[in-house]
Amino acid sequence: MKLFNIRGGVHPEDRKHLAADQAIEDLPLAPLLHVPLQQHIGNAATPAVRRGQQVAKGELLGTGQGPISAPVHAPTSGRIMGIGSFPAHHVSGLSVRTITLQPDGKDRWLEGIEGVPDPFTLDPDEIAARVAAAGIVGMGGATFPSAVKLNLRKKYRLHTLVINGAECEPYLTCDDRLMREHTAQVLDGARIMAHALGMTQIIIAIENNKPQAQAAMTQAAADHAAVRVAGLPMRYPMGSEKHLVQTLTGRETPARGLTADIGVVVHNPATAFAVHQALRLGWPLIARLVTVSGGAITRPRNLRVPLGTPVQHLIDYCGGFRVEPTRLISGGPMMGNPLPGTRVPIVKGSNGVLALTAEEVNAQAAAPCIRCASCVAACPCGLLPLQMAAHARAGDLDGTVRLGLMDCIGCGSCSYVCPAHIPLVQFFNYAKGEMAARGRAKQKQAETKRLIEQRTARIEAIQQAKREAMAARKRETAGKPPAQTPADRRAEA
Amino acid sequence: MYSDTPIAGPYAHERTSVSRIMVLVVLALVPATLFSLWQFGWPAIFLFLITVGTCLIAEAACLRAAEKPLRPSLLDGSALLTGWLLAMSLPPWAPWWIGVLGGLIAIVVAKQVFGGIGQNLFNPAMVARVALLISFPAELTRYVAPAPLFSPQAPGFGEGLAITFGLDGPDMVTGATLLGQVRTDLGQGHPLPDILPGIYQPWSDAVGTLAGSMGETSALLLLLGGLFLLSQRVITWHIPVATIVTLALAATLMNLYDPAHYPDALYHLVGGATLLAAFFIATDPVTSPISPRGQLIFGAGLGVLIYSIRTWAAYPEGVAFAILLMNTCTPLIDHYVRPRVYGRDRKGAPIEYADDADTEVTR
Ligand code: SF4
Ligand code: SF4
Repeated sequence: MKLFNIRGGVHPEDRKHLAADQAIEDLPLAPLLHVPLQQHIGNAATPAVRRGQQVAKGELLGTGQGPISAPVHAPTSGRIMGIGSFPAHHVSGLSVRTITLQPDGKDRWLEGIEGVPDPFTLDPDEIAARVAAAGIVGMGGATFPSAVKLNLRKKYRLHTLVINGAECEPYLTCDDRLMREHTAQVLDGARIMAHALGMTQIIIAIENNKPQAQAAMTQAAADHAAVRVAGLPMRYPMGSEKHLVQTLTGRETPARGLTADIGVVVHNPATAFAVHQALRLGWPLIARLVTVSGGAITRPRNLRVPLGTPVQHLIDYCGGFRVEPTRLISGGPMMGNPLPGTRVPIVKGSNGVLALTAEEVNAQAAAPCIRCASCVAACPCGLLPLQMAAHARAGDLDGTVRLGLMDCIGCGSCSYVCPAHIPLVQFFNYAKGEMAARGRAKQKQAETKRLIEQRTARIEAIQQAKREAMAARKRETAGKPPAQTPADRRAEA
Repeated sequence: MYSDTPIAGPYAHERTSVSRIMVLVVLALVPATLFSLWQFGWPAIFLFLITVGTCLIAEAACLRAAEKPLRPSLLDGSALLTGWLLAMSLPPWAPWWIGVLGGLIAIVVAKQVFGGIGQNLFNPAMVARVALLISFPAELTRYVAPAPLFSPQAPGFGEGLAITFGLDGPDMVTGATLLGQVRTDLGQGHPLPDILPGIYQPWSDAVGTLAGSMGETSALLLLLGGLFLLSQRVITWHIPVATIVTLALAATLMNLYDPAHYPDALYHLVGGATLLAAFFIATDPVTSPISPRGQLIFGAGLGVLIYSIRTWAAYPEGVAFAILLMNTCTPLIDHYVRPRVYGRDRKGAPIEYADDADTEVTR
């Protein structure tokens, strides 16, 4: 199919050979699973179990709260050891509410779990409800509740579902393996989502460095006229939703908008797979594929991991470290984040655990900017990273925003090519954090102001009422109010 | 175990560094430089070493004075490159103190005073060249005809020393540069068809066997170096192409208008320092615009200025002046010419699509 060009981008060494030929393996259960109540964007789930309770595999552990949230389920059967704080799968290393489950080794499914024989007969709302109940979130790392995205049809006129199999981050191969080994299921999940979204066509977009996945998908899609497979040129960040859609449709998503603004919704293959399992089998999201790779890992692997499994357990299964890693990363090397330790659990959004050597990271002390404009050429968003960074460094937040900070997708292409090794993204993250804090402060201020105003109004209203009552009484005692009709007088009497 | 300081990603980096860029540029200059050194013999070699050496020593001294670490800045190769470009823009038999003075001006005044690498508004080598040209016009316009190393008419090692250090050397066989000669003759009222045949053969000029500064000699080898830089993606095509095309266009138009007084495009491309400027000096990242469109404007402006100065101003060669003038425009260009941001129109408003078939229908 015809593809369109995107601006900028970089060609990092993809290093996928480390794990690409490793078939998916089931990771054995860890002695303890730590299932955080928040593994998604939105409100945390609230616990639905008590300490000491026996739970079956797939049983609800936490209930989603509010419109943007997701429930969590038991990855296996066992006993709830506690509900408390545990280090999160997050750079900060802060603790979050987590349910700790001790597997009983039986891996016994909850009674009564079953799928729908033909999801295509279901009402779109029903599909979205089941996806929501299964706790499915965007599994490419964004972790936005998928059901919310399936409901976009109510607000937008949609035509195309894109399955984002670009997997443009180096090292990661779990989407590749999934599309190769579970081709039919991914396709089925995609078709179910398209049905729920009321869409007419599906494009499965896969970068050209995954020829087997392309071939498998093309073959599977042959039976479906509405499904096409697109071979994407290899370029980072091809997997950025907005840039992927531009590559496929030639249209840019309006600033601050969604791809839905131009009629397209993008989902990850792993999400499609989870939707397939939720609808056909009734399974909630309790496991995911994780690529364990990097130069410091003895045996890179693609693993099917029960959610809540400690990262250390994955590393041990892969033979531990070959050499001491300088960096332990969750996700890909371009947009992933450092892990605060190996105790933290795998969550719904973890697609990779990378142990990288110093040679791979190639970090160097930052030198002064030489204005070489490599970052400008690399930015897929048409920004001027060097100027944004200069303003951010000088503490000029407004200037940074004026230069387009909020249009920056944080892809890291600029930092990647900078010959002076300036940590540009670090500046942008800092500035974005400041902006968010400002927003929160403003919101808080507005909220406080609103409460104060409400209170003043209430007090004012009470006083007004009192004054009126007083005036009325005064009028009554002081004499006859003017122009009273006989009827009024009668009533008063 | 692993470092867990929350430094943001990416955790991969292209195999690149400032010194790699500088080294590649120097590498691209090597063929043309070697050829020139061979053409102009020992005095040129001495002047080259003196100029580059002065730049390195001046850089080290400034860093020491500013209490900045020496190694990273000295090793980034920027001072080496500045010295190299300056040496290539000087008359090859200029006395030693021209090289020393030039090196000091370039590094101390034009670079370190501004705050070191990345901070200077003007190209340091060009500042030095222009300052020297204005202060010492005689030394800066005394050119010699090439006398290849070890050829009978070339000065030996000792004579070379004598020339460079101003002792009793052999008399110079001075020769005017092509551009200078043509300007002089035109000024005396000769039409071009009478002047050119004796002194201008496009081929020998392209190969570089005419009088001139070291960087003005071999257009072909400079072109080769420029193409190498393009292939290594050290520079982009925008500035060189815009410069060359504009200059060629201006020359062609004027040549069509009056062939007796305005030489054609090829003359302007192979004569003088056009290619050195287009590929190596105008592309200096620090002093040129950052956006591709800005670079096109910069290159076009440069082409027009080079042509105008060569044709109508007091100097036969205008590359250095033209570069400095365009350098002053760089901040302005960068301010007004920016890439269009993704998802926005040129004015910065979110894109809107005319057909509402694909857009949001209800809220
Ligand atoms: S890539 Fe780095 S050195 Fe080059 S302009 Fe951007 S910030 Fe400056
Ligand atoms: S991180 Fe932001 S500024 Fe840097 S290349 Fe990506 S979008 Fe552009």
